[in-house]
Amino acid sequence: MSNNVRLRKTNLKYWYDRSFLHITRFFALSVLALTGLMLAKLIQGAWLSIRHFGWSFLTGSDWDPVFERFGALPFIYGTVVSSLLALLIAVPVSLGIAIFLAEIAPLWLYRPVSAVVDLLAAIPSVVYGLWGLFVLAPWVRSSLQPLLGRSLGFLPFFQGPPLGVGMLTAGLILSIMIIPIITAISREVIRAVPRYQKEAALALGATRWEMIRLAVLSNARSGIAGAILLGLGRALGETMAVTMVIGNRPEIALSLFAPGYSMASVIANEFTEATYDLYLSALTEIGLVLFGLTLLLNFLARLLIWKFGDVQVSGASE
Amino acid sequence: MSIRSCGAFRKVVLMLFRTYLFRKITDAFITALMLLAVVTALIPLVSILWHTFRQGWSTMNWSFFTHLPKPVGEPGGGIANALVGSGLLILLASAIGIPFGVLVGIYLAEFNPRGLGTAVRFTNDVLTGIPSIVTGMFVYALLVVTMGGFSALAGGVALGLLMIPTVTRSTEEMLKMVPQSLREASLALGATPTQTILRVVLPAALPGILTGIMLAVARVAGETAPLLFTAFGNRFWSLRLDQPIAALPLQIFTYAISPYRDWQNQAWGAALVLVGLVLVLNVFAGLAYSRASRFRR
Repeated sequence: MSNNVRLRKTNLKYWYDRSFLHITRFFALSVLALTGLMLAKLIQGAWLSIRHFGWSFLTGSDWDPVFERFGALPFIYGTVVSSLLALLIAVPVSLGIAIFLAEIAPLWLYRPVSAVVDLLAAIPSVVYGLWGLFVLAPWVRSSLQPLLGRSLGFLPFFQGPPLGVGMLTAGLILSIMIIPIITAISREVIRAVPRYQKEAALALGATRWEMIRLAVLSNARSGIAGAILLGLGRALGETMAVTMVIGNRPEIALSLFAPGYSMASVIANEFTEATYDLYLSALTEIGLVLFGLTLLLNFLARLLIWKFGDVQVSGASE
Repeated sequence: MSIRSCGAFRKVVLMLFRTYLFRKITDAFITALMLLAVVTALIPLVSILWHTFRQGWSTMNWSFFTHLPKPVGEPGGGIANALVGSGLLILLASAIGIPFGVLVGIYLAEFNPRGLGTAVRFTNDVLTGIPSIVTGMFVYALLVVTMGGFSALAGGVALGLLMIPTVTRSTEEMLKMVPQSLREASLALGATPTQTILRVVLPAALPGILTGIMLAVARVAGETAPLLFTAFGNRFWSLRLDQPIAALPLQIFTYAISPYRDWQNQAWGAALVLVGLVLVLNVFAGLAYSRASRFRR
């Protein structure tokens, strides 16, 4: 568009006009530069720890700042397990809502239900944590954990004393927090499936569910996978709510009832208390791993979603 | 023999599955499951709003808004400094995030160069997924270390950085919604491209851009993690940019994990204020959006 009007280079207007283009271009380039700078600063901060520990940082399970021993495995384990647990709960629920909204709900129901699900994304993370600590955790301790212990107690995942705070509660609260993002993106992806595909299935005599299964889900598969990856990325980086309910104990326990620790939580709790350089550097390396992991997940997710055109991504993350 | 009988069995089962009645029942069952999913998502939302309102309301009174936090054991005390601190942080963040995001959005929507545009758009989208605590660590290394201490400025910068992707994205979307004929009319009248963008296209898209800005503000208003080691929090009055400053989400966090009943109650009160603020911003954003979508075909 900027080529449409030709002004002479001697005209002051020309330079005024070009300068605006250059200003906006400068800020656009800054987005790339800031991302690069972020990566550089994190690597710089983590360098001491990378040099000192090498790969054993990621495989060591001993976290003892007093004796300068740093192994991040308990945090990686806690983050991964709580996030996968969250996906296990959130994916069926989100897909149910997304399909309902995109294919079944009439317009008068579509608007309010969408708004309510978006509202879940608007609630700040720290409020989720507050609710998790004082409402969800007591309920998990008094109802859910005894119930699971009685019915599925023969599995190693559901053994141990019911504490309330722990991996299970963290997974539950994360699942609630990632429902809006998975729902919103799968909803848009499903809506982008061509109408004639659906009509063809219906014309062949498919019931509504068969139409959804044959025409919609098979077409939207990769987009839904992208939505799930974005949800996973959000769960991995979620900080405050998890910190408040996961129990903050750097141990690897098979039981979901046991307290754990996550990568984001240990940064939140210990970063300001890190008293010497190696400690700070070890925490920064955890941040670097988190950054790399979420960057990769988001990259993959965007590649999967982009072919569906402009799918707006909303929702808060913390 | 067993294989053949297995095949016969499969056939019978498949025939059963293919009966019209069975297919109808499956359809109804799945629809019911979807409704159940909607209700499942509603339960935590209602519970969170209900508990925040009920527990928060009981701590509400005038002095809660006008007083500083009191030491442990003394009754009363409020969140005045946290309210003002959050306001200042949001102003700082907006001063950085809004111009930055809008300019990048203009660049992407109006100049849209192929290679660079795609790279910036992609990076921007990926940035929305970066955990905010990592942004906090980045600003810590960038500003806190170099300035020699936690500061309101660092907190504002961290929140501002978090606003950029959202504002950029919504600005680009909204500018693209403005009909091409408006641009052509402006150019035909002799306006330069820059004049066209600033005086015609941008005003036309303004309600939509405001929606994006309000959503971005609502998001950073509740951010806690990046403030932990930038703004840090403060129990006293402070409006200085080079000093640690209090913030509403930080206050909620500190009070919630404290062992004192009184503080925990105040955490609920502060949470009610924060949730109220965020919901109001979201409602206004919705209203602005309905005004903005007039160009939608």
